[in-house]
Amino acid sequence: MTRPNTLEETPSQTAGPYVHIGLTPNWCDIEGVYPEDLGRTMVDAETAGERIIVSGRIFDGSGVPLKDALIEIWQADANGLYNSPLEKRGEADPHFTGWGRQATDGTTGEYRFETIKPGRVPCRDGRLMAPHISFWIVARGINLGLHTRMYFADEDAANGECPVLSGIGSKARAATLIASRGEVDGAATYTFDIHLQGDGETIFFDV
Amino acid sequence: MSDQPTFTPRDRSWHPPALTPQYKSSVLRSPNQRLLSLDTTLSEMTGPRFGHDLIGPLDNDLIRNYAQTGDAIGQRIIVYGRVLDEDARPVPNVLLEFWQANAGGRYRHRNEGYVAALDPNFGGCGRTVTGADGGYRFRTIKPGAYPWPNGPNDWRPAHIHFSVFGYAFAQRLVTQMYFEGDPMIWQCPIVSAIPDRAAIEQLVAALDRDNTLPMDALAYRFDIVLRGRHSTLFENRLEGN
Ligand SMILES: [Fe+2]
Repeated sequence: MTRPNTLEETPSQTAGPYVHIGLTPNWCDIEGVYPEDLGRTMVDAETAGERIIVSGRIFDGSGVPLKDALIEIWQADANGLYNSPLEKRGEADPHFTGWGRQATDGTTGEYRFETIKPGRVPCRDGRLMAPHISFWIVARGINLGLHTRMYFADEDAANGECPVLSGIGSKARAATLIASRGEVDGAATYTFDIHLQGDGETIFFDV
Repeated sequence: MSDQPTFTPRDRSWHPPALTPQYKSSVLRSPNQRLLSLDTTLSEMTGPRFGHDLIGPLDNDLIRNYAQTGDAIGQRIIVYGRVLDEDARPVPNVLLEFWQANAGGRYRHRNEGYVAALDPNFGGCGRTVTGADGGYRFRTIKPGAYPWPNGPNDWRPAHIHFSVFGYAFAQRLVTQMYFEGDPMIWQCPIVSAIPDRAAIEQLVAALDRDNTLPMDALAYRFDIVLRGRHSTLFENRLEGN
């Protein structure tokens, strides 16, 4: 591979089992250092868009959920704009951070984000992608953070047009990126389980 | 839209592969299928930003930020360096978070089982945002080595965990910093997950006598390199911020 750059990227090392100390210290009872764990809250009372809950578990190759993993998500606002200085298409919703960080539960392995359903974002050639949420996963045993995407089961038309999703050769593998929609206590809830290995191994991207 | 920036693909011979059997936890947690290459989009080329106003006055001082009755116990050190991209350009205004064991090698965590004592004055986390030159600095104590369940008698070399944000979600990185001269670096199954010795050496912070605080703290220098961008137009846009 030709590498025009002058320096090599710093190599990754696992986040280890105690990632919470650094990234969600209040969650692991280290209180009083930071007022709140970063990424815990993505929305406020005035955030535009449909409120949703995204939850699920991450399974290892023996079907056991990871109870020591950390997930970050990144997504557009309801209009498809990112709350980032590099977003040049317009002003994103100031009431939505677009970024969340959660540990998987130490007992059940479940993660849970309270967020909104994102709008559509164009890819490089201008075609619109389907609404999606980017996931980044680190944990003990993961040597380099894993990137994947969650799509929405109730967005059939948009999913069919999405250059990324429809470009995946295997329909069965593409299906690993689609979260099912349900309702829990009146709240729209998407369940997105991630399988690191084995039957139904989730697609991970080389971004 | 063709002026959208992109990254060169990650050099996966430089990073550790997903499956490294000597590090047992990787066996069931490594994807078996190949990664699917993704022509990066705005979803990967944007990312959250954190301002200097996030950072509290003690956030970069692990000797004091959890202190109840006095300073944390251990050898006082300064860790400093710069965050650069692959084109050696400074990366200002990005968030760094770090975490570590105490001087005895014990983590403050409910799942920690090592017999070494907790230090009531040491929490083990810190954070900072890089300055205009990509520079960062924090004060802490040198963490101890610790044993861990892997092989029958594996020990981690002294290390500090780092989490680094760039400007883009695709640059997201976690890694570990080691200390110059530690023979245990070369006996560690997590370190040896990295195939190239030169890559490992990139994680070894150099003792820097010039930045030592006399009669107070030794200094270690650790520079961090994030993925670079490829678009000259992008540069102009960045400066417009
Ligand atoms: Fe560690």
